[in-house]
Amino acid sequence: MARETIVLLGVNHKTTPLAVREKLALASGYEQPLADLRRLECLEECFLLSTCNRVEVLFTCNDAVLARREVLDMLFAGSVTREEVAGCIYQHQNEEAVRHLFLVAASLDSMIVGESQILGQLKEAYRFASEKKTSGMVLNKLLHKSFSVAKRVRTETRIGASAVSISYAAVELGKKIFGDLKGKKVMLVGAGEMAELAAEHLVGQGVAEVIVANRTFERAVKLAGCYHGRAISLEELVEQLHYVDIIISSTGASGLILSKDDVVPVMPKRRYQPLFFIDIAVPRDLDPAINEIDNVYLYDIDDLNNVVEMNKSERDKEAVKATRIVEEETLKFCGWLENMEVTPTIIEMRSMADQICRDELGRTLGRFDNLTSKERKSLEKMVNSICSKMLHYPIRYLKTDHPCVDQQKRVEVVRTLFNLDRDRRDQE
Amino acid sequence: MSYLLFQLSFVAYVLAMTVYLVFFFNQKKQVRSLARKIFFGAALLHTANIIARLVEAGHTPITSVHEVISFFAWSIAWCYLSFRWRYTVKNFGTFSSVLVVLLMLVSALAPHAILPLSQTQHSWLFPVHASLAIVADAFLALACIGGLMYLLQERELKQKRFGFFYSRLPSLESLDKLNQHCLSIGFTLMTIGMFTGYIWARRIWGGRNWHWDPKIVWAMITWFLYAALMHQRFTMGWRGRRAAIVTIVAFMAVLLTLLFLFKGVHAHGA
Repeated sequence: MARETIVLLGVNHKTTPLAVREKLALASGYEQPLADLRRLECLEECFLLSTCNRVEVLFTCNDAVLARREVLDMLFAGSVTREEVAGCIYQHQNEEAVRHLFLVAASLDSMIVGESQILGQLKEAYRFASEKKTSGMVLNKLLHKSFSVAKRVRTETRIGASAVSISYAAVELGKKIFGDLKGKKVMLVGAGEMAELAAEHLVGQGVAEVIVANRTFERAVKLAGCYHGRAISLEELVEQLHYVDIIISSTGASGLILSKDDVVPVMPKRRYQPLFFIDIAVPRDLDPAINEIDNVYLYDIDDLNNVVEMNKSERDKEAVKATRIVEEETLKFCGWLENMEVTPTIIEMRSMADQICRDELGRTLGRFDNLTSKERKSLEKMVNSICSKMLHYPIRYLKTDHPCVDQQKRVEVVRTLFNLDRDRRDQE
Repeated sequence: MSYLLFQLSFVAYVLAMTVYLVFFFNQKKQVRSLARKIFFGAALLHTANIIARLVEAGHTPITSVHEVISFFAWSIAWCYLSFRWRYTVKNFGTFSSVLVVLLMLVSALAPHAILPLSQTQHSWLFPVHASLAIVADAFLALACIGGLMYLLQERELKQKRFGFFYSRLPSLESLDKLNQHCLSIGFTLMTIGMFTGYIWARRIWGGRNWHWDPKIVWAMITWFLYAALMHQRFTMGWRGRRAAIVTIVAFMAVLLTLLFLFKGVHAHGA
């Protein structure tokens, strides 16, 4: 009675260049591919995850080699050749697969380790799998476990607490100043790619409005459109200062565009509400002396890089802890899987015992007809409890770890002792 | 009986502070919830202590140094808990519990005999005036702690050297809110407390109700400091660093006022 194998096939940002990942990504959503996979006979259960950094296929089957070929053909045949896929794909089985999934869920396998997006994507993907009913008992348990592993990692380590990209760092600093970024207003000065990235993160944090100031007004309008914001000209910059809270500057100007003297008179007008300047331009756009004003914070690209560097070293320490948690949970899950294997044997044993009890009871009770129902019940109870006491130690022998006999062997011993495979052999 | 309760609550506070400090270093949530429970238990014990003492003495136990400081610590503990109920300010509990323990230590060192009420203290105004003043001071103490935390955090953010405190302290905004909240309540209570003191003084001394007494003078100075700060906060929008510094300075004045606890006209029993 071999157990099904859990197989995980995947590509991620570490093994595969973006050009190939793009082709493999399931652009059309999960529904169609899941329906396709369901039709494959060799698969028992399956689950798909596709994000911009990874595509993972998780399934259980009886014949891993056959299933791998069929799954790959089914999913990727149209987009890439077999050889190309074989070159970049990784395959994990059973314990390895469980560990890999937990690592992914805990964001230890992400491009930015510790980012929290992946868990949401995983849950979303699982929603599809459970709606389509392609996941069964094993995968349901496995995925739920992976969510709780991610949660454990998040609460027990500080891995998610560190900002490890410049825009994350900016968001983190913003939170330390404003507490909550919801309802804050952001002004982008200059419409560079870095500024856009930072703005995207801030919008993700729920900022109320994005204002774009740029030398060429047309570009400003275009970018403002992306965030449903509004565009202003560079001349209005100082005027807007008393309205916005966070300023991200990234112009290509050769000199300073804002000096301390521009900002000082703004503060009383703002009723000293804090202002947060982020200067990611090289050469710098903002006068470093701005930082000296009360309730005004100025960070340039080097300051932000320092935050990132500092967080990286802290994060690496936390990653060790997180990996330990994943390892623990992997072992626990594999324990559950092994128990799953003994479960059928236990059930068979119990039902056999039940059958014997019922047979013998029927025979004995048939001989007494003057028994009250109470007496009858207590007789049944007695027989049942004898049975379960007799089975107690064999079940424990199956379930608990044994130093010298492995589980497979123990299952065999119990099955032989109780003659559980008799029927099957007779049939054959 | 009441002293036993006092000792018990003291031990519980020390325990709570220790657990809070452990939390401050390792930042584990389970540790914090444990610390909260212990602190809450300690505050309950302390309440029982004050009630027991009230029953034993037959009057509100705020007549000796021991009692006043203990009552002060008790007020801070409950002000903190009431605050905690509405807002969360990261690691505020650690700082508050340290202050409470320090006060309890001072209180424990003072002689704890029950003093009889003097002639002038036989008035319903006495417990009202004294307890209002002390509860007001408790809120102002919390504002001061918030101010200290603000300055620590602001320094890290300004100098861009993120050390030990950066991740452990809350955001500037929440600290500033705490400052405003505690100041508003503390200042209001303080004003009412001083007013009851004025009424009481009129009753005792009749027309001659102003004394050049160090405690009263200091109390007036303190009141003006807070009044100025409140005024600036609400009309000019003062906030942040400046507000934090003034809060701390003003609280020093509160402490000075407390030093004159039983001097001058406030030296009732002595």
